[in-house]
Amino acid sequence: MNDLLDLLLTAGFWAATLRIACPLVFATLGELICERAGVLNLGIEGIMTFGAMAGWLWVYRGGDLWTGVLFAAACGALFGLLHAGFTVHLGLSQHVTGIGITMLASALSYYTVRMLLPESTTPPKIVPFQPLDLGWLSQLPFLGEALFRHTAMTWLALISVPVVFAVLYFTPLGLAVRMAGENPVAVEAQGIDVFLVRTGAVMAGSALMAVGGAYLTMSAFDAFYFGMINGRGWICVALVIFASWRPGKALLGALLFAALDAFQVRAQQQVGAFVPYQVFLMLPYLLSIAAMVVMARKARYPKALLVPFRRGDRV
Amino acid sequence: MRLEPRERAPLWLAVTAPLVAVAASLLLTSVLVLWAGESVPAAYALLFKGAFGSRFALTETLARATPLILTGLAAAVAFRARFWNIGAEGQLYCGALATTWLGTGMVAVHPALMIPMLFAAGALAGGIALLLPMILKVRLKVDEVVTTLLLNFVILLLVNYLLEGPWKDPMSLGWPQAAPIVDEGVLPRLVPRTRLHLGLVVGLAAAVAVWLMMRFTVWGYEIRAVGQNPQAAAFAGIGIGATVLRVALLSGGLAGMAGVTEVAGLKGYLTLDLSPGFGYAGIAVAMLAALHPLGVVLSAVFLAGIYVGADSMSRAVNIPNYIADVIVACSVLAVLVSLMLVRFRVRLR
Repeated sequence: MNDLLDLLLTAGFWAATLRIACPLVFATLGELICERAGVLNLGIEGIMTFGAMAGWLWVYRGGDLWTGVLFAAACGALFGLLHAGFTVHLGLSQHVTGIGITMLASALSYYTVRMLLPESTTPPKIVPFQPLDLGWLSQLPFLGEALFRHTAMTWLALISVPVVFAVLYFTPLGLAVRMAGENPVAVEAQGIDVFLVRTGAVMAGSALMAVGGAYLTMSAFDAFYFGMINGRGWICVALVIFASWRPGKALLGALLFAALDAFQVRAQQQVGAFVPYQVFLMLPYLLSIAAMVVMARKARYPKALLVPFRRGDRV
Repeated sequence: MRLEPRERAPLWLAVTAPLVAVAASLLLTSVLVLWAGESVPAAYALLFKGAFGSRFALTETLARATPLILTGLAAAVAFRARFWNIGAEGQLYCGALATTWLGTGMVAVHPALMIPMLFAAGALAGGIALLLPMILKVRLKVDEVVTTLLLNFVILLLVNYLLEGPWKDPMSLGWPQAAPIVDEGVLPRLVPRTRLHLGLVVGLAAAVAVWLMMRFTVWGYEIRAVGQNPQAAAFAGIGIGATVLRVALLSGGLAGMAGVTEVAGLKGYLTLDLSPGFGYAGIAVAMLAALHPLGVVLSAVFLAGIYVGADSMSRAVNIPNYIADVIVACSVLAVLVSLMLVRFRVRLR
């Protein structure tokens, strides 16, 4: 048991926590923005898959890392546009559209990989983002390895939390987004186009999801594998509820979740003889369900979530 | 542009809508065929020949359609009540687990009762798998989409554990697979020397039964009422909780039966790759059928044809068989639009 607690005192554990949390941070923020505007985006799993594929492929084809991230984000935004076109403009079922987008985006990712690399059984590796050297900070005995030897994309993830928070709570744009998810009629009364606000929010959110996927292939690992998203998108949907639609809590939830995930990987090696490893692999999914159960009572959904807006409708 | 609800949707429109959607998605996907450098008509001709072009192809397609009919019905029933069960994949594996437990000699069952018992146990297991998300939704208002999705992964890991641990067949040369189903539990072949088995008849019977229930019984009426307007249904004295419970058991049970047909009919034993996403494809099947139980049969056969045909096509020309998944995904999205156009008229201002 003490061995297990000692795990928490290794720098590698904290570094891994941050690494596992980053894709979740990006994608959870993305889903949060969509839902705050009143649109559930279940395309998240597929958009992350496509982002992971697009960013990796861009770099494999000789592109630069940062433009790869941008390319992934642009692809995500395009899928977001498709989702918004269906759910915002046509008012179609957000559930079914989202599942359809996930199916489409994953299928297109796999088709593209098979098309361009027909023979390869092991996907080719790229040179991913390298840990940034922050001078003396990175040299600190424990904190250096735990906190200050991360890639630029990790920092981007951490910075995006206050940015999303600031935009949502301190700008007129953020107010419009939040209002579109609470009371779209009031937004319309202000002379703001609800369709435009929601479409923009879904596109921006989807771009973040794709960047979350790209983090996996461009920073955490160095290649694209089939099924590598493995339910992370769905976990993010649960994390948004856990975070009660607040960016700060989303970061907290992602870190908490990642810490438990990093812990279970390490605990596996120690008690793996007594407990089958599948039990550990189940934990992330069970934890997400548990987190939703805990928060469900308190959850205050954006009022207009799932409700399509039609101009001229009375509420 | 604005949308006006139609007072009456003509029947011909409702029937042609899915066909138009399918045509549109085949048209969209032809871009991918062109990208692969193949001729579009030739590729689609190969696809349809591989799906329906010979006796063998037809039986393969119908064998593939069998689980899709059942998972399609599972989605159709649940979605009718606006209960978003996206967990048919996991429920299918629960049915497969029950089949393995009962059908490999771990439990003593009278030989004549074996096949009915397998289906009963599979349906029960699938239904039970959906109980937790259902209770969480009704009691605690936990969103069932996410819980059913996440449970898919949990259940697959459970199967993984059993197949690598206690249920691993010692005769399997190290492959993670369970012992074979005993002879009296294997579903008989409908056509000799093909893979088409009794499961298809079960699937068809289930489709008719579900249609009769939804159309002519009080339960079916209650399910449709809860789906269309839960407040009004509750006001009319329909027990929402009881109705959702019934929907969950029915939907999970149908998906569980798909696990039975795959283990006892197609493969003969449980493996980790038993279902290449039949649970998720069931959503596409149900949507393409506009949630109509009898339409599910047609759309399951059609989508099974796409999968089987794409496999056969990708062996002949240089097009990855993932094109089938793209076609299916496109049809889901296209049918959403075309069904909307059945209900609404587009007015250009």
